[in-house]
Amino acid sequence: MPADIRKLIVQVDETRREMGRDVNPPTRRALAMAVIANPFAGRYEENLDALIAIGEELGALLGDKCVQALGIQPGQAHSYGKAAIVGEAGELEHAAAILHPKLGAPLRKAVEKGAALVPSAKKQGGVGTAVDVPLGHKDAAFVRSHFDAIEARVADAPRANEIVVAVAVTDSGRPLPRIGGLQVHEIQGVDGLR
Amino acid sequence: MNLIDIRRVFTQVEDIHHEGGPRAAQPLRRGAIAAVLTNPYAGRYEPDILPMMEALNPVGLDMARRLLAAMAVPAEAIQGYGKGAIIGAAGELEHGALWHVPGGYAMRELLGWKGDAAAYAKGISSGGQSGNALAIVPSTKKVGAPGTTLDVPLTHINASYVRSHFDAFEVRVPGAPKPDEMVLILAMSCGARVHARVGGLAADAIAKWDGQR
Repeated sequence: MPADIRKLIVQVDETRREMGRDVNPPTRRALAMAVIANPFAGRYEENLDALIAIGEELGALLGDKCVQALGIQPGQAHSYGKAAIVGEAGELEHAAAILHPKLGAPLRKAVEKGAALVPSAKKQGGVGTAVDVPLGHKDAAFVRSHFDAIEARVADAPRANEIVVAVAVTDSGRPLPRIGGLQVHEIQGVDGLR
Repeated sequence: MNLIDIRRVFTQVEDIHHEGGPRAAQPLRRGAIAAVLTNPYAGRYEPDILPMMEALNPVGLDMARRLLAAMAVPAEAIQGYGKGAIIGAAGELEHGALWHVPGGYAMRELLGWKGDAAAYAKGISSGGQSGNALAIVPSTKKVGAPGTTLDVPLTHINASYVRSHFDAFEVRVPGAPKPDEMVLILAMSCGARVHARVGGLAADAIAKWDGQR
């Protein structure tokens, strides 16, 4: 069964200046969020396959929405991340079922390649709860300039029987990165780390 | 001194399919755009702040255009609008008031308002529908810390009393405004609340074309 989506939200956060300095080109981070019904709210369900399928569906939908909002080709994406907020009548494991087994593959397709782990966060919460979605470079997790986080929050969700699922994609790292470490031009992109 | 120094631009577009009731055939699309700017008057009392109001005119137009593009709909699809400002703690509420004119007219111009601003301000109406975006753009403003939320009111673009279109859009830019910044916001919507059913003036019953009814 496809996800019962109540709301779909897409944000773009563009930083043009930081500490009085131009950021050239501006950094841009897109965030797509779906507010969905939790089919297992209010009860313990052993088999979470339905949520795993929803994760696969949303990996494609939200990944595409982000790339579209940035107006880039998939290969121009730099970093990504994912997160979920489970409403009060659900269970943390419901977020795990959406995020971990199958969401990654379609998301990687949306951004082309994606050798690196998709960093994630999850929590339970009430209406208006925020989650900090971790961000890491899609092809090499150790790229230091791209370690970041973007805050995801829906003012009227999750209701008790809902889940907020968030996917973030950027076309850039932090605004003024200068703490060294592995650089984008040094990426080998084979093992997902370097 | 350059009065306009934009640090960040934040856009949000949402599709509301339902809110526990029947699924809408056409989901309600709402969008907001927020620009994070340096407040040139932060940290002191400046008697003459009007130069900033003038300088904000092109900012408003650019934001309105960007918002419409992000919403991916033609101007004719916009049915509701609103605006707002969040002023960082080293500023003053009055700095937010600078947004009333440039924010409002930017959106109204984009949506097809063709009136004479001076005549309109005096309440002179030519009768009939003189264009679109006849209604005042509702607004809120406040002084706040980084990450403060602002509920931006929304009303119908042609008649403020259309009850199905009274709404509000919560806008919040994580990390902004810093004390010496301000967040200026425009919001638009493509329709009524998703399960609107409390009667009152309906959009298809607008008759006076005076911006209210």
